[in-house]
Amino acid sequence: MTQSSPILQASGLSCIRDDRVLFSELTFTLNVGQVLLLEGKNGSGKTSLLRILCGFREPDAGQICWCGECISDSQYYADMAYIGHLDGIKKELTVFENLSVALALGRPGQYPLSDALVRVQLSGYEDVLVQALSAGQKRRLSLARLLVTQNRLWILDEPFTSLDKQGIKLTEILMTEHTASGGLIVLTSHHDLNLPAVDVQRIHLS
Amino acid sequence: MSLTHAFFAILRRDLILALRRRSEIANPLLFFVLVITLFPLGIGARPQLLQAIAPGIIWVSALLAAMLSLDSLFRSDFDDGSLEQILLSSHPISVLILGKIVAHWLVTGLPLILIAPLLAVFLGMPQPAIGVLLLTLLLGTPVLSLIGAIGVALTVGLRRGGMILSLLVLPLYVPVLIFAGNAVEMAGNGLPVTAQINILIAILLLTLVLAPWPTAAALKMSMS
Amino acid sequence: MKFIPDPVGRFFHRMASPPHFYALTETLMPWLTAIFLIFLALGLYGGLYLAPPDYQQGDSYRIIYIHVPSAWMSLFIYVVMAMAGAIGLIWRIKLAEIVAISSASIGASFTFIALVTGSLWGKPMWGTWWVWDARLTSELILLFLYLGVIGLYNAIDDKRTASKAVAILALVGVVNIPIIHYSVEWWNTLHQGPTVTKMDKPSIHVSMLVPLLLMAIAFKFYYVIAMLQRARLELLQRERTASWVKKMLMEQQL
Repeated sequence: MTQSSPILQASGLSCIRDDRVLFSELTFTLNVGQVLLLEGKNGSGKTSLLRILCGFREPDAGQICWCGECISDSQYYADMAYIGHLDGIKKELTVFENLSVALALGRPGQYPLSDALVRVQLSGYEDVLVQALSAGQKRRLSLARLLVTQNRLWILDEPFTSLDKQGIKLTEILMTEHTASGGLIVLTSHHDLNLPAVDVQRIHLS
Repeated sequence: MSLTHAFFAILRRDLILALRRRSEIANPLLFFVLVITLFPLGIGARPQLLQAIAPGIIWVSALLAAMLSLDSLFRSDFDDGSLEQILLSSHPISVLILGKIVAHWLVTGLPLILIAPLLAVFLGMPQPAIGVLLLTLLLGTPVLSLIGAIGVALTVGLRRGGMILSLLVLPLYVPVLIFAGNAVEMAGNGLPVTAQINILIAILLLTLVLAPWPTAAALKMSMS
Repeated sequence: MKFIPDPVGRFFHRMASPPHFYALTETLMPWLTAIFLIFLALGLYGGLYLAPPDYQQGDSYRIIYIHVPSAWMSLFIYVVMAMAGAIGLIWRIKLAEIVAISSASIGASFTFIALVTGSLWGKPMWGTWWVWDARLTSELILLFLYLGVIGLYNAIDDKRTASKAVAILALVGVVNIPIIHYSVEWWNTLHQGPTVTKMDKPSIHVSMLVPLLLMAIAFKFYYVIAMLQRARLELLQRERTASWVKKMLMEQQL
C-alpha cells in the first residue's frame, strides 16, 4: 500500500429518508493520513452517512469500498472503529471493565489499557464505575477505546460534544497522531477543526 | 482463541451487569411464582384438579416469565450504544450474541429451575414428576431464550415492541410447551418419557445452532 | 452469485425492474382473471352439482371445496412468502420483498377461511363449533404466525427495514412450521386418541376429487391475482418518487 493509494472509496452514494433525498451521487476518496470532515446543518444527513459507512444502513444507491473491495467482503470491520452519538459505555461497569470488553471485541492495538488511560488523562480511575464520571470523562473513555484496539479508520460522530477545551485539544492531538501513523478519520463536527499538520477534506451536505 | 475470549468476555460482562442490577433476576422469578399462586386462587383449592393441570400451569407460567424477561436481553445495550459496538466487532456476531443469550439464560432461566420444585410441591405434583419437570425446564428454558432472542432482536428498535413481541414469540414456543408439558404429565402417571426428552434435546441442539444467525441478522436490521 | 448462469440472472433482473413488472402484470391480469373464473366455475359446478352426496355426511361435506383448498393455500403462501423473503434478503431484489409482504395478508385470510369453514363443518360432524383437532389447532397457530408477520411489518416505519424484518421472521417461521405441525399432531393423538381425521379418508371418490383439484387450481390463480394487485399498489407507493411513476401518471392524465 503506497502512501497515496485510496483506501476508503465511496461512489454514487445516496440516502433517502421518508421521501426526502438527504444526499445523492456522493462520491469521495480517502487516502492514508487524511481526514474527512462532514459539515452541514442538523438533519442534512451527516449521521446517516456515518451510519452507512458503518454498515448499519444500506445506501439507497452506490457502494463503499475498503482497500479496493466492497466493505462486506473485506477486512473492513477489523480495521474500523466507531464512536457515535451514544458512547457505547456501560455505566454499571468500571472504566477498566469497559475497556477490556472493547479490547475483547477487537484486536489489541497500539496501547495497553493502562497507557491508554494515561493518554486520555483517566489514570487512577480504573476501578471507578462509569456512572460516577462526568460527561466529558465518558467521552475521553470512549477515545481510549480507539487507542486500545487495533484500527485504521476512525468514524467519529461529533467527537467534541461535552468536552472542555483541554479535552478538545487532547482529541485533536490524538487525531493528528493517528493520521501521522497511517490512519484515516471520518468525522462530523460543529466545532472548528484545528489540525494544522493534517490533510483535511471537507464535504458540505445540504 | 480470541473468539472464545470474546465470547467469554461478553458472557462475563453480562453476568456482572446482571449482578449489579439485581431486579433483572428477581422480576421474572417473582412473576413466575405469582402467576402460579394465582391459579389455585382462581380455580379454587381443589387438590385433584390442581395436580392434574400442574404441568401445564408451571410450563405456561415459565413461558410467560421467559417472555417477560426477554426485553432486558438487548434493551440497555441498544439504548446506550453498546450493541452498535458489538455489531461492529470483527468477530462473528452470532457467537457474541450467543454469549449474551447464555448469560441471559443463566440470569433469568436458571432461577426458574431452582424455584420450580417448591412450586411443584405447592400444586401437589407427584414425586417422580418433579424430577422430570426439572429436566424439561433445564432443556426447555434455553430454547425459550434462544427463540425469544430472535423476536426481541426484531423488535428492539421499536418504541412499543412489547405487544408485538408476544405475538412473534409465543407461537414459536408451542413445540416446547407441548413436549415438556406432556413429559411431566406422563411422568406423573408413571409412564416412560424418553421420547419427549429426546425430542426436547433435539430441539435444544437445533435452536442452539440455528437461532443465533437470524438474531444477528435481525439486530443488524434493527440498527438502521 | 456465480452459481446462477448469467442469462438467468439477467432475466430475473429485468423481470424484477419495477416498471417492467408493472407493465407486465397489467397485461397479464385479464388472462389470469379469465383462467381463475374458468377453474372456479368448473370446480363449483363439479363440487356442488356433479359430485354425489357423501353416504355419511350428506351434503354438508361439500364445504371441503372451500375448506381444503384454503388450508392448502395457507401453508403454500407461507412458504412462498418465506422464499420471496429469502430472495429479497440475499439478492436485495426489492420486488421479492414486495411479493413477500403482499402475500402475508392473503395467506392470513386463507388461514382464517380455513378455520371458519373447519369450524362450520365441525358443527354437524362433532356437534360443537370448536374441537382441538390437530389440523385446526395447527391452522390456528399458523394464523398467529401470519398475524405476527403483518403486525411486525406495520410496526416498523421504514418499509425497507420492515421488509427485512418480515423476511427474517418468515424464514424462522418456515423452519418452525413442520416442528409445530408435528408437535401438535403428536399432542393430539396422545390426548384424544386417534380421531377420524378429515383428510385421511382411505379413498376419496374421483368425482369428488376432481372438483377439489379444480378448486385448488382456482385458488392458486386467485392468490396470484390478489398478490399481484397488492404488489402493484405497494410498488407504486414505494416508488412514488421514481421517474417512471411520474411519467406514467403524466401519460394517464393526458
